[in-house]
Amino acid sequence: MIAATAFYLFSTILLLSALRVITASNAVHSVLFLILAFFNAAGLFVLLGAEFVAMILVIVYVGAVAVLFLFVVMMLDVDFQNLRQGAKSYIGAGLVFGAIMLAELVTLYFAWSENQPVAVAPKEMSDVTNTEQIGRVLYTDYVYAFQLAGLILLVAMIGAIVLTHRRRPDVRRQKVADQVSVKRDDVLEIKEVKSGQGIL
Amino acid sequence: MILDSLAPLYAELSLAVFAMLLLVYGVLQKGQVARKVSYGALVALITAGMFLYAEPKEHVSLLNGMFIHDGFAVFVKSLILLGTGAAVMLSIKYMYEEGFARFEYAVLMLLAALGMMLMVSAGNLLGLYMGLELQSLSLYVLASIRRDSIKSAEAGMKYFVLGALSSGMLLFGISLIYGFTGSIDFAQIASVVSENGASNLGLTFGMVFVLAALAFKISAVPFHMWTPDVYEGAPTSVTAFFAMVPKLAAVALIIRLLMGPFETLTDQWQQIIWFIAAASILWGGFAGIAQTNMKRMLAYSSIANIGFALIGLVCANDEGVGAALVYMALYMVMTAGAFGVVMYLRRDGLSAERIEDLAGLSQSHRYLAYIMAFFMFSMSGIPPMAGFFGKLVILKAAVASGFYMLAVIGVIGSVVACFYYLRVIKVMFFDGLELSLDKVPSTSRQIVVTICALIVLFFVVKPEPFINMAMQAAQMIS
Repeated sequence: MIAATAFYLFSTILLLSALRVITASNAVHSVLFLILAFFNAAGLFVLLGAEFVAMILVIVYVGAVAVLFLFVVMMLDVDFQNLRQGAKSYIGAGLVFGAIMLAELVTLYFAWSENQPVAVAPKEMSDVTNTEQIGRVLYTDYVYAFQLAGLILLVAMIGAIVLTHRRRPDVRRQKVADQVSVKRDDVLEIKEVKSGQGIL
Repeated sequence: MILDSLAPLYAELSLAVFAMLLLVYGVLQKGQVARKVSYGALVALITAGMFLYAEPKEHVSLLNGMFIHDGFAVFVKSLILLGTGAAVMLSIKYMYEEGFARFEYAVLMLLAALGMMLMVSAGNLLGLYMGLELQSLSLYVLASIRRDSIKSAEAGMKYFVLGALSSGMLLFGISLIYGFTGSIDFAQIASVVSENGASNLGLTFGMVFVLAALAFKISAVPFHMWTPDVYEGAPTSVTAFFAMVPKLAAVALIIRLLMGPFETLTDQWQQIIWFIAAASILWGGFAGIAQTNMKRMLAYSSIANIGFALIGLVCANDEGVGAALVYMALYMVMTAGAFGVVMYLRRDGLSAERIEDLAGLSQSHRYLAYIMAFFMFSMSGIPPMAGFFGKLVILKAAVASGFYMLAVIGVIGSVVACFYYLRVIKVMFFDGLELSLDKVPSTSRQIVVTICALIVLFFVVKPEPFINMAMQAAQMIS
C-alpha cells in the first residue's frame, strides 16, 4: 500500500515536472524542474530495489549535470526568448510524431503481455546488496565495457580542450621553471659609471 | 598469461596505446607538432595492421563474448586502417593550409578508427554501443575542429545533436531487444530469435529502432538530412574521412547484426533495407543534380552509393554481403581520390569548393583534371573503371536473389547520378578558364591521389583476387 502510494506520488510529480521543464518560460525554472524530475526518478528506482542506480542518478545527474546546466544558464548570456521563437510552428509535426510514438508504445504494451520475454536466470540473487553485485561484475565480466567507457571519456576531454582552449597572445604566462633557473648574468648587468657622464 | 588470451585484441590495444602516447607527446612538445603526430599516427595504423594479420582468422570470442574476432572483422578492419591512413595523409598539408593544424587532429582520427574497429568486432549490444559512441564522439569533435569558422561549428553542432538523437533511438531499441530476449549477447539473442522471433512484436520494434539509428550513421534516406550540411561545413579533409571510413564500419556493423542475431528475422528486415536502399539511390541521384558545391554533391553521391551497397545486404546471402563489401571498398578508394583532388583546389589561399571553380582545370592543371575525370567516370560506373565492377557485383547478386525491381531502381538511380558526375567532367574540360587556381604541392596527398587513380584504372586487370577475398570474408561472419 505504501509502495503503491509512493509510486503514484513519485510518478505524478515526475511527469508534471518533466512537462514544466519544456514549458517553463524561465530557463532557470526549467533546470530546477529538471532536478526535481531526477529526484523523483531516483525515488522510483528505490521502489524497484535498485538503490545504487538511484544514488548514482542523484549524485551524477543532480549533483553534476544539472548543476552544470544551471551554471551555464546563469553565467552565459543566452537569449532564450529568441531561441524559442518559431518553435510553435513545429508543434503540429511534433504532436503527430508524438502520437505515432505513443501508438507504438501502446502496441508494445500489448505485445509485452502476450509475449512474455524469455526468462533468463538472474545471477544468484543472494543476500548481497545490488551495489556489491555491481561491484563484483564491473571489473571482471564487464571490464571491456568499463575500459571503453574510459576511452570515451578521454575523447570527451580531448574534445572539450580542442574546441575551447586557446592560447591568448596578450596574456603573459608564468613559467616557473624559467624563473627558477634564471642565472645572475641573464638579468643583471653591471656598468661602471664614470662620474659626470651617466649611462647612455 | 592473460595477455596471450587477448592476442586478437592486440591491434586495438596497440592503437589505443599509440593514441595516448601521441597525445602525451603532443602536449609535452613545444611548438607545432601536428605533422610529426600525423606521421606517428601512420606508424600506429601500420603497427595495428601488422598485429591484425599476425592473428589467425579463426572465429574467436573474447571477454565474455563482447569481442568477436573472425575473418569478416579482419577484412573490414584492414580496410578501416587503410582508409584512416589515407585520410591522415590527405590531411597533413591541408590542415596547415586551412590553419587548423593541431596535434589532437590525428589523435582523434586514431581514436575514431579504434571505435570503428571495436564496432566491427562487437559481440554484444553493450560493446556495439560503446564502440559506436567512441567513434561518433571523435567525429563530432573533428567536424568542428576549425572552431573559428561558423560553418564548421554549425556542422559539428548539427552532427552532434542529430547523432545524440540517433544514439537515443539506438539505446531505446537495445532496451527493447534486451527486454524481449533477456540478453544483450548476440549468440543468445540469436537463439531466442530463432525460437520465437517472428511472432514477437516487441523484438521487431527493437530491431527497427536499432536499424533506424544505424541508418542515420550511414546517412541512408530517410535519415540523411544532416549529411549535406555536415559535409559542406566540416573541413574537406574531415569530410573525406567521414565519407570513407565510418560508413564502411557502420555498414559492416549492420551486416554483423542482421546476418548474426537477426538472421532468422530476414523477412522483417529485408523490407526495411529494401526501402532504405531504393530511397537512398533515388534521392541521392535526383537531389544531387541541384547542387553547386562540390562537397554537397559528393555528399549526395555518398547517399546514393550507400543505397547501392545496401542492395547487397537485401539479398541476405553471402554473395550479397560480399558484393556490399567490395562496393564499399571501391567506393572508399574513389572518394579518397575525389576529395584529394578537391583539396587541391585553392584560389588566393582559400579553398575553392564550387563546381564552377573547376572550369578550365584541364588547361591549368592537366594531370589533376584527368585524374578527377577517372574518379568521376568510375563513380558513374562507366566500364573499364573500378566503380563499374562494384556496381556489377551488386547488381549480379541482386538479380541472382530475384530482386529485379531493386536492380532496376539501382540502374535508374545510377543513370540519373551520372548527370552530376559527368557535369564535373564537362566543366573541367569544356568550360573556359576564368580564374586560375593556386599551385599547391603536397607529397602525401599526391601519393594518395595517385594510388587511388591507379587502383581505379587498373582494377579491371585483375578484379578476381579482391572480390574473392571479400566473398570469403562474407562467408566467415558469425
